[in-house]
Amino acid sequence: MRYHLTTAALAATVAFAAPAAATDLEVTHWWTSGGEAAAVAELAKAFDATGNKWIDGAIAGSGGTARPIMISRITGGDPMAATQFNHGRQAEELVQSGLMRDLTDIAEKEGWKDIVRPSSLLDSCTLDGKIYCVPVNIHSQQWLWLSNAAFEKIGVPVPTNWDEYVAAAPALEQAGIIPLAMGQQPWQTSLAFQVLVVALAGSDVYNKVYGDKDADLAAGPEMAKVFEAADKARSMAAKSNVQDWNQATNLVISGQAAGQIMGDWAQGEFAVAGQVAGEDYTCLPGLGVNEVIQTGGDAFYFPVLKDAEKSAAQATLASTMLAPETQVAFNLKKGSLPVRGDVDLAAANDCMKKGLDILAKGNVIQSPDQLMSADSLTQVNDLFVQFFNTPAMSAADAQKTFASIVAAAD
Amino acid sequence: MADQATISAAGLGAARTSASEAWGPRPRRALSRRNIIIYGTLTVVALYYLLPLYVMIVTSLKGMPEIRMGNIFSPPMEITFEPWVKAWATACTGLNCEGLSRGFWNSVRITIPSVVISILIASVNGYALANWRFRGADIFFTILIVGAFIPYQVMIYPIVIILREMGLYGSLTGLVLVHTVFGMPILTLLFRNYFASVPEELFKAARVDGAGFWAIYFKIMLPMSLPIFVVAVILQITGIWNDFLFGVVYTKPDVYPMTVQLNNIVNSVQGVKEYNVNMAATLLTGLVPLIVYFISGKLFVRGIAAGAVKG
Amino acid sequence: MANTRNGRPSQVFRNLNSKVASIPMVLTASVVFVGGTIWTVVHSFTNSKLLPRLNFVGLDQYERLWNSNKWLISIENLFIYGVLTLIFSLVIGFVLAALLDQKIRFEDTFRTIFLYPFALSFIVTGLVWQWILNPDFGIQAVVRGLGWTSFNFDPLYNQDIVIYGILIAGLWQGTGLVMCLMLAGLRGIDEDIWKATRVDGIPMWKTYLFIVIPMMRPVFVTTLVIIASGIVRVYDLVVAQTSGGPGIASEVPAKYVYDAMFLSQNLGQGFAASTMMLVTVLIVIVPWAYLEFGRRRHRG
Repeated sequence: MRYHLTTAALAATVAFAAPAAATDLEVTHWWTSGGEAAAVAELAKAFDATGNKWIDGAIAGSGGTARPIMISRITGGDPMAATQFNHGRQAEELVQSGLMRDLTDIAEKEGWKDIVRPSSLLDSCTLDGKIYCVPVNIHSQQWLWLSNAAFEKIGVPVPTNWDEYVAAAPALEQAGIIPLAMGQQPWQTSLAFQVLVVALAGSDVYNKVYGDKDADLAAGPEMAKVFEAADKARSMAAKSNVQDWNQATNLVISGQAAGQIMGDWAQGEFAVAGQVAGEDYTCLPGLGVNEVIQTGGDAFYFPVLKDAEKSAAQATLASTMLAPETQVAFNLKKGSLPVRGDVDLAAANDCMKKGLDILAKGNVIQSPDQLMSADSLTQVNDLFVQFFNTPAMSAADAQKTFASIVAAAD
Repeated sequence: MADQATISAAGLGAARTSASEAWGPRPRRALSRRNIIIYGTLTVVALYYLLPLYVMIVTSLKGMPEIRMGNIFSPPMEITFEPWVKAWATACTGLNCEGLSRGFWNSVRITIPSVVISILIASVNGYALANWRFRGADIFFTILIVGAFIPYQVMIYPIVIILREMGLYGSLTGLVLVHTVFGMPILTLLFRNYFASVPEELFKAARVDGAGFWAIYFKIMLPMSLPIFVVAVILQITGIWNDFLFGVVYTKPDVYPMTVQLNNIVNSVQGVKEYNVNMAATLLTGLVPLIVYFISGKLFVRGIAAGAVKG
Repeated sequence: MANTRNGRPSQVFRNLNSKVASIPMVLTASVVFVGGTIWTVVHSFTNSKLLPRLNFVGLDQYERLWNSNKWLISIENLFIYGVLTLIFSLVIGFVLAALLDQKIRFEDTFRTIFLYPFALSFIVTGLVWQWILNPDFGIQAVVRGLGWTSFNFDPLYNQDIVIYGILIAGLWQGTGLVMCLMLAGLRGIDEDIWKATRVDGIPMWKTYLFIVIPMMRPVFVTTLVIIASGIVRVYDLVVAQTSGGPGIASEVPAKYVYDAMFLSQNLGQGFAASTMMLVTVLIVIVPWAYLEFGRRRHRG
């Protein structure tokens, strides 16, 4: 594996020249499912082609499991060479403590500012004007996935927006179909709520509440509308007895449930089940109301290493990740969108193309990860998982709690 | 307590013979009221204990389509060993598609030194506490027992700092040390109780012969404490073999234990859950402690009998 | 204590060796447990987020902790789970041990069956029971399939009883070990005791309750420490079975600590919660442990 130098076609596109000696770099991440692993393999292949070697350190389970491991390794003085983080504010303190490598020189050399799109992705990697991470993809959450079969069964055309969907709920229920599939994990309920905010109240309200922490707006009538919709969603999801998001997706695939609000990664499930977008299932970005997508995603950080050779290899890895070929290969496997606009994604499916269109129009918002601290987000998650599972909790009460979380947020 | 009393009262009518005696012929006819109650209760409880194992085995032998539709208790319509093969040899952890086999030897490499060292240290500790008490020992022992109640997660960062200062962070030695520290409370308690039950005359005779601390430990205590060592070995093998958190936080990918692959197979956040592979992986990972139990179950009870009874 | 003062050279030597041998224990107790605890308590007064830092904020973390609904639910759950686990695992463990002790056939088989779950990790235990208790394809579905269509058994999906669903799995995993410890204790009871009680005509259940159980005190102590420490630390089981749900109905303190530290990246809050856990443990355990281990003398 070490003598990959001949496959230097890719290496040549990398501005930072590969060092002569092969260097082993350990990269940690939490991409362990089939599709994810295939996507990582593309990154590794591209990096190995530069004459170095990618040592894979995969740990499943993003937040709870992988993060303490990564942080322990970095603070324990024995860091990996690169590590995945959701970009946003998660790694802020590690950067402030000087544990993360400053990538500004590489970024300037390669003009990342000009190629990374939307620019907010790079902004979240930036602290005090310096760039500390490499965004690798865009994942959006604002999708409603509908089972065409379920609506066929009740003889109603597949809805094109949230209101039509809500209107069809009683008929679905009568036919023994769960109108809305919803997993029990806190982040899923919270995701559904964020999507409702963006779709029903609009991007401005979303930005003011999550970004500017406007507690008055959070307590106001515009948000009250969203909470009423969430109340509706709660009753539609009342019979959904599943834990994981993909179990919920499976309910939609099998036609037991009519729809699910979930991120674009749900496509992987439909694909595995052999379903085709448009024929077997329908995707509505922004719930069909407000076609906006979030530009969260994954990014890689590079801890400061003492070893000069490894540091040089880190730079190679950073630029390899952003190389156009790597971006295409990686994102096609991952089902996410590339972070640069100048690449061709001919192989993308219908739903992905919808996403690319919206992205091209610039209808984008930042993800909550980028706007709020993990601490506040966990509180929001806890609130909504409680709300969605406690019919006795009124929408007004939930809104009051939500406003107080927003008021205290940082 | 009511049901316990009923069962005991109903169940203990028969004459009781010495526990150390070998099995005799059945003293009564097979279908006495007593036997029905005893075996009936045991069988019902055994079913409750076996149900999950049954579900695991049955599921691990089904294909995914069958799992999606069928109920979890129905036997497989078509038996497949695919999930087992996949779990052991081809399930992917990121880029390494070697299944659990990749971590198996690492687990062995971690478990053996950790078990040996933690038990040696705890046994000497227990011996000192039971037979050579010194001022202040009880205070430290009490702290140790309280330490058994601290959630592991809380100690992650302090231990990162300690290991970093000792220069052991990321090494196998560091991990062995961590297992030794966290095994110490319960093991020391077991050994202390065991050694305290050794007849005092034996100890005094050795002292008269001029034997010291270590001579008595190696020549008298060690040879007669096989049972309690068996108990300790079983407890430690189970604990260390199943450990995920310490193995993954305090080492590097090239020494990650098998449970890391298990976690990666079972806990994949984004992707299709292959329940059959999950179950096969689970059973494969549990195999080592299970085999240890099956082989040494008898020794286990004997060992605990010797160690925990007299304090 | 007298032996340290009587000055015989062999006594000094003996204590020296014992002290040398106890160095690992002393270091573990003082550096890891006491040191780690002090470190945790100190940092609970800071606003540490992702990394431990010494920016003191007074009692802010504690104020927030006790205002948190999630924490209050966690404590209530731990209390219910703890009390029931203690009672049930001791009672079931003891009854099973007593039954196995009746010189029955297949003792080895039964014992192995009761003990094997202990070999499996909590993650696995939680996963399997999550399945069995799932109303859509577990027990409820099967019973309904048999014709009893109104049968309702969905503990993991009902906020009011979810903690009992976790209890079922916890007992499955842990009672085998308790049974083994109890069985060992019963085997250690002198046969003469049984003979004597039979001669005196004392009923069997009275013998167990008033003679045998008090004699098994050390076994109960060992068992109690093992069960109780497991209860306080319960985490994996809940995560694997319910992730704290439905809603936040099955949260437990160890999970609160972990979530605060690693999901919320609010170390200070996690340390404050774990300090509260430690204080509770200290209040309960220390007086008891000191009486149990500190007061009794074995040799002069």
